[in-house]
Amino acid sequence: VTKGKLTLLCDANTDGSFLVHHFLSFYLKANCKVCFVALIQSFSHYNIVGQKLGVSLTVARECGQLVFLEGLKSSVDVFFRAQAEPHPLQFLREANAENLQPLYEFVREALKPVDDGEAAWRCPVLLVDDLSVLLSLGMGAVAVLDFIHYCRATVCWERKGNIVALVHDSGDTEDEENNILLNGLSHQSHLILRAEGLATGFCRDVHGQLRILWRTPSQPTTQRDQSLTYQYKIQDKSVSFFAKGMSPAVL
Amino acid sequence: VTPSEGARGGTGRQLEMESVLALRGLVLLRDSVEWEGRSLLKALIKKAALGGEQVHILGCEVSEEEFRAGFDSSVNSRLVYYDLFRDPLNWAQTGEALPGGPLGALQAMCERTDPGPVTVALDSLSWLLLRLPCAALCQALCAMSRRHACRGGSLAAEQLCVLGLLHRELHGPGPMGALSSLAQTEVTLSGTAGQASAHILCRRPRQRPTLETLWFSVLPDLSLDLQGGPPLESQPHPDPHTPQVDPASHLTFNLHLSKREREAKDSLTLPFQFSSEKQQALLRPGPGPATSRIFYEPDTFDDLDPEDPDGDLDV
Repeated sequence: VTKGKLTLLCDANTDGSFLVHHFLSFYLKANCKVCFVALIQSFSHYNIVGQKLGVSLTVARECGQLVFLEGLKSSVDVFFRAQAEPHPLQFLREANAENLQPLYEFVREALKPVDDGEAAWRCPVLLVDDLSVLLSLGMGAVAVLDFIHYCRATVCWERKGNIVALVHDSGDTEDEENNILLNGLSHQSHLILRAEGLATGFCRDVHGQLRILWRTPSQPTTQRDQSLTYQYKIQDKSVSFFAKGMSPAVL
Repeated sequence: VTPSEGARGGTGRQLEMESVLALRGLVLLRDSVEWEGRSLLKALIKKAALGGEQVHILGCEVSEEEFRAGFDSSVNSRLVYYDLFRDPLNWAQTGEALPGGPLGALQAMCERTDPGPVTVALDSLSWLLLRLPCAALCQALCAMSRRHACRGGSLAAEQLCVLGLLHRELHGPGPMGALSSLAQTEVTLSGTAGQASAHILCRRPRQRPTLETLWFSVLPDLSLDLQGGPPLESQPHPDPHTPQVDPASHLTFNLHLSKREREAKDSLTLPFQFSSEKQQALLRPGPGPATSRIFYEPDTFDDLDPEDPDGDLDV
């Protein structure tokens, strides 16, 4: 498990959520403390998929390994709480929410190192599914970038943990805010996984193409061949990868 | 604009590098996601520090620890670092954040530069441009060079170099154009086939703008290594990590021919291929009937008029 890295997941013309499920189960199995800001699906959805991949989110949550912010459920709480109490999704209630500081404070609190003398978990991990929905909910791209900036400072640099975040690429050049978010995060990432639909359209046996780009944002590298492309098919409990054009269905 | 691709010999190359990299005034390092510019920025900082200049760095995007990694101690001791990474917007309220936010930090940096050759590095200008109004940023950059000029006398404007890292994809043509108009030099990073290149556009006063292309790489010790020209191999290497797979193996149908099949295939003459045998056969009348005949039985409605065969048509 590498430390201090930001991994950007991106999908274009397809659904990249299988990558989120993979990283969630990967880090839970690797015994890391995970804070999952899940804004898209319910807890039971991730739990069902997690069980197919071999982890139980319920158990992880109960023993404290997983801190789960269920956006769908707790967004309703925002409106029924007293206004003075801070809530991570407070921006939903404010007309001119300027920043995502309450959400950052939630993450910081969730991944606080426990001082009981014994290091129970490996590095802390923040997983976000996904950041594009924050733009749809009215936050500006710079506010989301600031949130990730502070998370990077705390989770990646201070606590040597990792961040994995999913951003959708609508491919729409007119969606400036999303493009700023996507490009801004790309420049800060150490690894970019981009799931794309096939250019020729929908296919039953090849669900899409995965482009992998390794980056070193501040160190020079002598090895420049850092990009790979695979095609994939999602199956019930796993994903199979193969080189372009080499799907067993085609040969 | 005078374009010139570098493909000259050794010492000529070195002198050219010196003149091109004698960067003064505002220098924009425009990078992209695929071709990052921070390592070039660090290489230029190292060059300035070893040349005896003061170096001031405003670090927004990476931690101070990460930025200083790679510099040796002699260089590190010459760097004056302003950390805007840890708490740029004062969310932690610890009182340790730089006062005045990003703009205040930029202005404070201007105040602290002493007269003499100075290099100021902004990592990154994109970070500042996303959070400050473009006009305020441009004014701060102008003020920086003006203040330096006031302090040092007539030559001082030549002694200030501001290196700004700019991520190309993040900004629209308006802010980019505004910064371009302020800049004396623009270095655009790209590359091909694993080799990075820098397109350097220099605007010197009272001279034509010049455009140079340098192929370079930044070594792990952050020194610049210039190559003579674009990489010679234009074909991509086969990826050494993935083994070459033969697509013709493990098929459910047969793609190979046996010897007998191959011979039969080679000896076959195609129907429309005009060989000499066919030509002879056509010229020599064969044993069969030379002409063919048509037998026609007219029925009752036909009116055959040998002189006007089309007479029965009502045309």
